[in-house]
Amino acid sequence: MLLQAWLEVVCILIATLLAACAVAPWLAAIFRIDTADSVPGRCESWLERLERPVLRLAGVWPVCEMTAGAYAAAIFVFHAAGIILLVAIQRLQPLLPWNPDQLPAVPWLIAINTAASFATNTNWQSYGGETTLSPLTQTLGLTVQNFLSAASGLCVLAVLTRGLVRRDSRTVGNFWQDLVRSTLGLLLPLAVLLGLVLASQGVVQSFGTAIEVPLLDQSLPTAAATPTKQRIVIGPVASQVAIKQLGTNGGGYFNANSAHPFENPTPLTNLLEIVAMLTLPIASCLAFGRWVGDRRQGRALLAAMAMLFLPFLLIIVRCETQPSPLLAAVTPAIDQTASGAHEGGSMEGKEVRFGPAASALFAVGTTATSCGAVNAMHDSFSPLGGMVAMWMIQLGEVVFGGVGTGLAGLIAYTLVAVFIAGLMVGRSPEYLGKKIEAREMKMGMVVLLVPLIATLIGTAAACVLPSEASAALNPGPHGFSELLYAFSSAANNNGSAFGGLTATSGFWTLSLAAAMLASRLLTMLPLVAIGGSLAAKRTVAESPGTLPTHTPLFVLLVAGTVILVGALSFVPALALGPLAEALQPLPTAAGGGKP
Amino acid sequence: MSHDTQAGILGDPAAILRAAGEAFVKLDPRRMILSPVMFTIEVGAVLITMLAVARAAGQPGAEHPAFIAAVAVGLWATVIFANFAEAMAEGRGRAQADALRRTRSDTLAKRLAAPQRDAAIEQTPSTQLRRDDYVLIEAGDIVPGDGEVVDGVATVDESAITGESAPVIRESGGDRNTVTGGTRVLSDWLVVRITANPGESFLDKMISMVEGAKRQKTPNEIALDILLAGLTLVFLVVTATLLPYSIYAVSAAGRGEPLGLAVLAALFVCLAPTTIGGLLPAIGIAGIDRMVRANVLATSGRAVEAAGDVDVLLLDKTGTITFGNRQASTFLPATGVSEHDLADAAQLASLADETPEGRSIVVLAKERHGIRSRDIESLNAEFVPFTAQTRMSGVDFDGRSIRKGARDTIVKHVLTAGGTVPPEVHRICDDVAKAGATPLVVADGATVLGVIELKDIVKGGIAERFQELRAMGIRTVMITGDNPLTAAAIAAEAGVDDFLAEATPEAKLAMIRRYQQEGHLVAMTGDGTNDAPALAQADVAVAMNSGTQAAKEAGNMVDLDSNPTKLLEIVAVGKQLLMTRGSLTTFSLANDISKYFAIVPAAFGSIYPQLKSLDVMRLHSPTTAVLAAVAFNAFVIVGLVPMALKGVKYRPLPAAVLLQQNLLVWGLGGLLLPFPCIKLLDMLLAACGVN
Amino acid sequence: MPAPSKNPSPPGLAAVLIAQVRPACTLLLALALITGVLYPLGMTVAIQTLFPRQAGGSPLRDAEGVVRGSALIGQPFNAPQWFHGRPSSTGNAPYDPTASGGSNLGPTNPALARAVRERADALTQGNPGHAGSIPIDLVTASGSGLDPHISPPAALLQVPRVAAAHGVDESAVRQLVAQHVEPAVLGIFGRPRVNVLQLNLALESIPRNTEVSQRK
Repeated sequence: MLLQAWLEVVCILIATLLAACAVAPWLAAIFRIDTADSVPGRCESWLERLERPVLRLAGVWPVCEMTAGAYAAAIFVFHAAGIILLVAIQRLQPLLPWNPDQLPAVPWLIAINTAASFATNTNWQSYGGETTLSPLTQTLGLTVQNFLSAASGLCVLAVLTRGLVRRDSRTVGNFWQDLVRSTLGLLLPLAVLLGLVLASQGVVQSFGTAIEVPLLDQSLPTAAATPTKQRIVIGPVASQVAIKQLGTNGGGYFNANSAHPFENPTPLTNLLEIVAMLTLPIASCLAFGRWVGDRRQGRALLAAMAMLFLPFLLIIVRCETQPSPLLAAVTPAIDQTASGAHEGGSMEGKEVRFGPAASALFAVGTTATSCGAVNAMHDSFSPLGGMVAMWMIQLGEVVFGGVGTGLAGLIAYTLVAVFIAGLMVGRSPEYLGKKIEAREMKMGMVVLLVPLIATLIGTAAACVLPSEASAALNPGPHGFSELLYAFSSAANNNGSAFGGLTATSGFWTLSLAAAMLASRLLTMLPLVAIGGSLAAKRTVAESPGTLPTHTPLFVLLVAGTVILVGALSFVPALALGPLAEALQPLPTAAGGGKP
Repeated sequence: MSHDTQAGILGDPAAILRAAGEAFVKLDPRRMILSPVMFTIEVGAVLITMLAVARAAGQPGAEHPAFIAAVAVGLWATVIFANFAEAMAEGRGRAQADALRRTRSDTLAKRLAAPQRDAAIEQTPSTQLRRDDYVLIEAGDIVPGDGEVVDGVATVDESAITGESAPVIRESGGDRNTVTGGTRVLSDWLVVRITANPGESFLDKMISMVEGAKRQKTPNEIALDILLAGLTLVFLVVTATLLPYSIYAVSAAGRGEPLGLAVLAALFVCLAPTTIGGLLPAIGIAGIDRMVRANVLATSGRAVEAAGDVDVLLLDKTGTITFGNRQASTFLPATGVSEHDLADAAQLASLADETPEGRSIVVLAKERHGIRSRDIESLNAEFVPFTAQTRMSGVDFDGRSIRKGARDTIVKHVLTAGGTVPPEVHRICDDVAKAGATPLVVADGATVLGVIELKDIVKGGIAERFQELRAMGIRTVMITGDNPLTAAAIAAEAGVDDFLAEATPEAKLAMIRRYQQEGHLVAMTGDGTNDAPALAQADVAVAMNSGTQAAKEAGNMVDLDSNPTKLLEIVAVGKQLLMTRGSLTTFSLANDISKYFAIVPAAFGSIYPQLKSLDVMRLHSPTTAVLAAVAFNAFVIVGLVPMALKGVKYRPLPAAVLLQQNLLVWGLGGLLLPFPCIKLLDMLLAACGVN
Repeated sequence: MPAPSKNPSPPGLAAVLIAQVRPACTLLLALALITGVLYPLGMTVAIQTLFPRQAGGSPLRDAEGVVRGSALIGQPFNAPQWFHGRPSSTGNAPYDPTASGGSNLGPTNPALARAVRERADALTQGNPGHAGSIPIDLVTASGSGLDPHISPPAALLQVPRVAAAHGVDESAVRQLVAQHVEPAVLGIFGRPRVNVLQLNLALESIPRNTEVSQRK
């Protein structure tokens, strides 16, 4: 493949790292982690001015610290309220203003699925964006949840960090304060910044109706359905795209998501969107290092993520820039090799302006983070390329992962790794001075296992229900991949899809909604519980007998744990899907004359 | 009892046979459910056996009945091998328990109506003695139970408990007032207040500990159980969902057969962490057993485990860091006296002095100045022993009167005799004291000859030992009643990290609290009643068996040898226990990857033949591949039994180095080992004609 | 400092949850107002002020100022005198912006091979002068179905047919294509590409068999 493609990939990664380094101190300053450092800095008083009116309105000013139980309850109630509001907006759509196309109420099943999806930061889209939701539903419903679900992810990370930092503490911070701070103090300003830059490149932002233009070529076959006009839908896109990338939400304004030229018009916006979805998860690692007072700890976790990310990036970019064997057999000959002027590789479902390499980078980035936005159709990726995307999701969304939740999830994996490693060096396991005991292990296992089990059982259910298994578009093992991908995506709160799947039946909408809710709440709440139980412990002093958690060896161990759990859980399933597809013999007679 | 050497780690063939028998008894599901991992395997074994029977009886099915039966055998073998490991560990403990039990022969005790020797005696079987009964024990009697001496002095043979053959003195009051059931009074008599009800005595506790009867899971064991149960659950889901997946795949591929239950069960037993799940009880029992072998009785497995976590050791200076007594190290003569003359006089004064200090003076004079020790009889000398009145000792012969003693005493003695004390003697004494040693002044008549420096001698090799501990992250703190000057000097010589001088029980307690506040886990040894608060506060508290009942009750371990250095061994045993668990867990999980390479291509080959390219081991057939993996999984448990009983090799190294080594051996080893083994088993099965 | 002993009677689950209802509802509404109304409205005002053309969908106007489409959204072309864009799998008709999306055909799906073969056949027939292989982008559907671009070789392949059908000089068309090639940003980001609609609009303005007019 072309040197230029690799250069593009490397440059985007460097830009991402720079952005994350810039955001990290900002993110670190948002939360007050240790109750001990009560000296309010300049940043602190600025944040207080920002949050005070909102918190006073909600009756939680002055802020008092919550126990882990109360914090978890607040998260639960807030999610429930968000879901109810979102269902209500969708059902009342025709009665609400800003509905220029007079769209009807969203059907119940789709409304419930969408509400669960956006409140859980999944943003699985069982609706077609352009044709189902009015601009008001998109903004007041979806954009709001894009902010709030990302913010609550950061809150969980903050609780877990407080657990590690505080000692003998019964409280873990205040959810409402954390929520308001991360929304207004971090996500909103970042979204405004990104939205403006995206708009400058051509991302639309309007509350106007669609533009109708006559087609230039009026000679198209005059079949009854063929229109002679093009109806170009516009809407408040830039504001939503900015936060769907930053908040690793991924729910686009249009059906085609970031492949749509109005969401992602140029290579530059593509760069920004990749950078945006990776920034906060990476910055979280760096901020974590600042919070725990040892930046090496944050870098080590980031290194573990990178170790899980880069090899798969290489594989997927390599796979997508290779000629497709299926099309290589087609006559007349198709030119699939890349040259300076021409695309190569797999171009089905990809945009010319991005090319296969940047599309592959976007795909691995969007699945490694729990973003789920797509700039190319994953269903049409090469078998191994698609498998990489799917596996990044199945690793539990801890390789970068969702905003806040990704690192929190990786810390859960780290606790398991520390547990085994700690035993191996003959000490009761401890992480950052906190002993890992039965309660942490129990909650950690719930965090790890719920997404795995929900994925496996959901897919199994789809396989044995003949009417639901037929939702797959493609034949053979690829059809199984579509089912597996859907549940992997929902049960890990990613939201991307092998789009050939028709997931609009009652089974699909409700089971996916259940998977999304279960894996969101049953990871967040146990993580809060871990934070609470860690905070109550005393901190064990460090000594040469303490297992260092910043060394390359430890990084390897954490990455190995993630891979091992992911591999052991999914290798058989992947063997029946993408692996069988990748290894399957090529159809011999793809070419030939006309029928 | 604990000094018997057993043949090899597994013991004699009879023990193996007995353990093998017990492995079957342990199949009782009510026992199995304690280990969730193995319980699920047992349930699977029952189901597959029923399936095999049904198929043999003519039920239709896709899989060959012989194959199903073979998988059932593999499952049962896994469970039985795990039980065997546990039975082996218990058997080793039981051998010790039996030895202990033999000492607890029922004796008739002389119960007293009142705590006086001359009170009325009632012959009572020892098993009927209750707490606060008083008994009289006379020479030749077996002590009927644990108790506290309230009257009398006697020599007691405690070798049944400690293995130490020299008799010890037991007397009322002070720190030597406890007796242990099963020991024998050699001379004199004791009146003892019984302190433990039947079944609660030391011996009883020890027996139940080594037998594993009262074994409670330790915190780490519970956490590890949760981890293993979680993984088992996931693997159960992974294998169970493969059935629907394969049904879909069959319809998508248009060929092949959905997976059979036997293959699924085989996959499950291979994936589930059976290696560690099966060996976990054996590792725990073996850990306590190793503690017992070191002659340490822990009150719980939790205490053994905590020993591995300890990072501050409070060590008593005397006995641990230094030999118990001071020894002469230098002769410092007064002006006008040669060092040789001083040495000569000092030796003469000490010839009949049988105290260790006295002996060390004789030896030093001989070594430094070649003065041979002389026979006090032939010199016609008269030895003047140390008395509380004179507070000095010496010798009178040829009209000379040589005395040695503490500075104050000798000064008074010389002045009384009309002599003077040269000022430099005072200076020398001060210097010696400043250096942490004790000055002993020698005078001949009214002349002060000079000073003998008596030093605490630090045990050889102890500094290196502390260096090792430091590398492991363990701080050593020396506890001594000496003044700070002396303490500092010895601390520097021994290389401890910190010391507590002029230690009082309160100061010890405060120090432990301070360390704990800083996040350290503290271990200490103690024997006196006044140590009890500190022992109770410490995380790992080792009471000396020779100590008081209060000390033993406050501690969570008792060292039967009463050897303060034992603390170092205890830490090693604790660490080894944790390391064995961690290493075998890693091994167990790393194994799974290679088993996938054996089973996945075999299981799915009929549906997607292209998956056979994943079969990197080139196994003979799907049947042999599955059976080889199951067989490996079962045999590896047996193969690791010695490792579980012995514990992984323990070396005092920093954590990062230990992790690297263990990860390399158990992680990478666990990843690679199954490949050749499964291939070998596969070839064996193929050679036996299995298809 | 010792942690205070546990509350003798911890509040029930229901009480804990109910305590959070008021802040949850108030904050949800307040933040919804800020991020769901003020933020998009503010952004709309700002963007329409700063970038009015982009905000409204980057419309393309012809010489008369009539909107002929969007610079970012492709249009379907079928007649031989136009450059053809990529195949499109959008909802009801090709290049339908109300239902964007790709074909989602899997990489080993025979239907994909069949579709590609049919498109390649059609291209070979429609461009009899072309002998070499066909650029992949011209026979595969894009992800959005609205891809406005094709690769430069895909445009050059069509030059003889377009020139002939349009009745213009082949070299003029070739030059027009060259002018419309958008290079990669900084030579790194993105791929060289030709906007089909813009190219065709420019083509419309070439006087037949006279010198090539410049793009607006």
